[in-house]
Amino acid sequence: MNDRPFDNRAWLLVLPVLAIVLFSALLPLMTVVNYSVQDSFGNNQFFWNGIGWYRELLDPSTDLGSRFFGALWRSLLFSAIILAIEVPLGIAVALCMPRDGWRLAATLVLMALPLLVPWNVVGTIWQVFARGDIGLFGHVVNALGIDYNYTAGILSAWFTIVIMDVWHWTSLVALLCYAGLRAIPDAFYQAARIDGASRLAVFRWIELPKLRRVLVIAVLLRFMDSFMIYTEPFVVTGGGPGNATTMLSIDLVKLALGQFDLGKAAAMSIVFNLIILAVCWVFYTVMTALDAEKQAEGPAKGAE
Amino acid sequence: MARRITLGLYLLFLALPLYWLINMSFKTNEEITGALTLWPRNPTTANFVRIFTDPSWYMGYVNSLEYVVLNTVISISLALPAAYAFSRYRFLGDKHLFFWLLSNRMAPPAVFALPFFNLYSAVGLFDTPWAVALAHCLFNVPLAVWILEGFMSGVPREIDETAQLDGYSFPRFFFRIFLPLIGNGVGVAAFFCFMFSWVELLLARTLTTVDAKPIAAIMTRTVSAAGMDWGLLAAAGVLTLIPGALVIWFVRNQIAKGFALGRV
Repeated sequence: MNDRPFDNRAWLLVLPVLAIVLFSALLPLMTVVNYSVQDSFGNNQFFWNGIGWYRELLDPSTDLGSRFFGALWRSLLFSAIILAIEVPLGIAVALCMPRDGWRLAATLVLMALPLLVPWNVVGTIWQVFARGDIGLFGHVVNALGIDYNYTAGILSAWFTIVIMDVWHWTSLVALLCYAGLRAIPDAFYQAARIDGASRLAVFRWIELPKLRRVLVIAVLLRFMDSFMIYTEPFVVTGGGPGNATTMLSIDLVKLALGQFDLGKAAAMSIVFNLIILAVCWVFYTVMTALDAEKQAEGPAKGAE
Repeated sequence: MARRITLGLYLLFLALPLYWLINMSFKTNEEITGALTLWPRNPTTANFVRIFTDPSWYMGYVNSLEYVVLNTVISISLALPAAYAFSRYRFLGDKHLFFWLLSNRMAPPAVFALPFFNLYSAVGLFDTPWAVALAHCLFNVPLAVWILEGFMSGVPREIDETAQLDGYSFPRFFFRIFLPLIGNGVGVAAFFCFMFSWVELLLARTLTTVDAKPIAAIMTRTVSAAGMDWGLLAAAGVLTLIPGALVIWFVRNQIAKGFALGRV
């Protein structure tokens, strides 16, 4: 990587992308910054409010603050649960996948299918599937004598959106890990067999280290997408019961497009964005570090 | 053996909700709301017929596909030169720029819904497929750059240098030699742009009202005073699965590698 020539004319190649991102990301973001420091009383009249909204937002004793922190903790809890389930499950599924043949093709197609279902249709599928009266899942669970109704019970609602997300996205983790596993040369496994290594030792010392890079990508994508999840829980629970499943994005859209509370919504957007940016930076640093490591070990690959 | 059972259970878990949707789409509403049946007793295609004969329904699919294709073409053609620059040169601020691009892939659409609404209304693109296609560039262009950069870095630089020595001009080299070499990467990037544009709803719904309304937003119409038209909803849902299934079928051999974004 480091032997790439230094040439500032490369900027010309980047210009089109820069232009579109300035138009579709920076320009709107500036509007948001602009709203976030003003107050409006309708009639398109705006007044300077400085950091007033931010102060209110970050103070848990105010209405806005408690609402924001409530949604933030719910989003973080949701992401934590999602990662704790999907990453191990995804690795397990990847280890179980067939190596070739029609079975592999069929498995791949079926696994990729949930990823290409429009997000509100994912919501619809589970809304229908988990209903006690017309859905198979809800019906079976109720028949087992468990009180399950996602529109009334907080636990049921959380269970539904978690299992929905597991259904929707575990395949992404599994496919990533599968690609990582395929990249391990057979020689590694043969060496392990000669050494008499156990299945667990093979996983711990050969497969897991090779999966590190794809796992970083998987965790990054899964954390980000679950942290800003909107459509699926919105369709299934609408953020309810009460606001038990109101995630950060749902709350933000309610505030911005429902109540047209521009100042508050804008301040919340900026803070939301800064959190995302910070997490993104951590992952990016880890990823470039791993890349550099791979570059360094490149020539001595066989020695590992 | 244990591996087969684990995998089988997982695949069953994936398939059941899909089966239930398909099952429902062939039922009448009376059967759906009546006793639970595992397969349609009186299969009917009435729900599908209604969608295909009503323009306000089937135009939704046309609208969706229109902005998805537009977005894929825009994203790939802009991302190609940028990815080449990132994979072949160092330049002032390249790392910062790359990170900033990547961070846009992670930007929450909820943050952008309102400003996009204002922006596209102001430039007169509101309620056109262009508005949605451009809005989806927010996350698809960075993703395409990221994927293509990964694939391009896998092509040795000697090829560029040899082509230059052989007297190829840059555009001719790029389109005649380089592009075919990363054909798989372009396919994978296009697949992901298609995927993320096709599944996104929040922005697509916010930026359209009548003329360019995507099918996913039209589906909410099945709630009416007379109650929920479950059969119709299920049929519309089943039809949204088809483009995804077709695309997957075409890339099934590249799919595992593709999901690792060229970075294994």
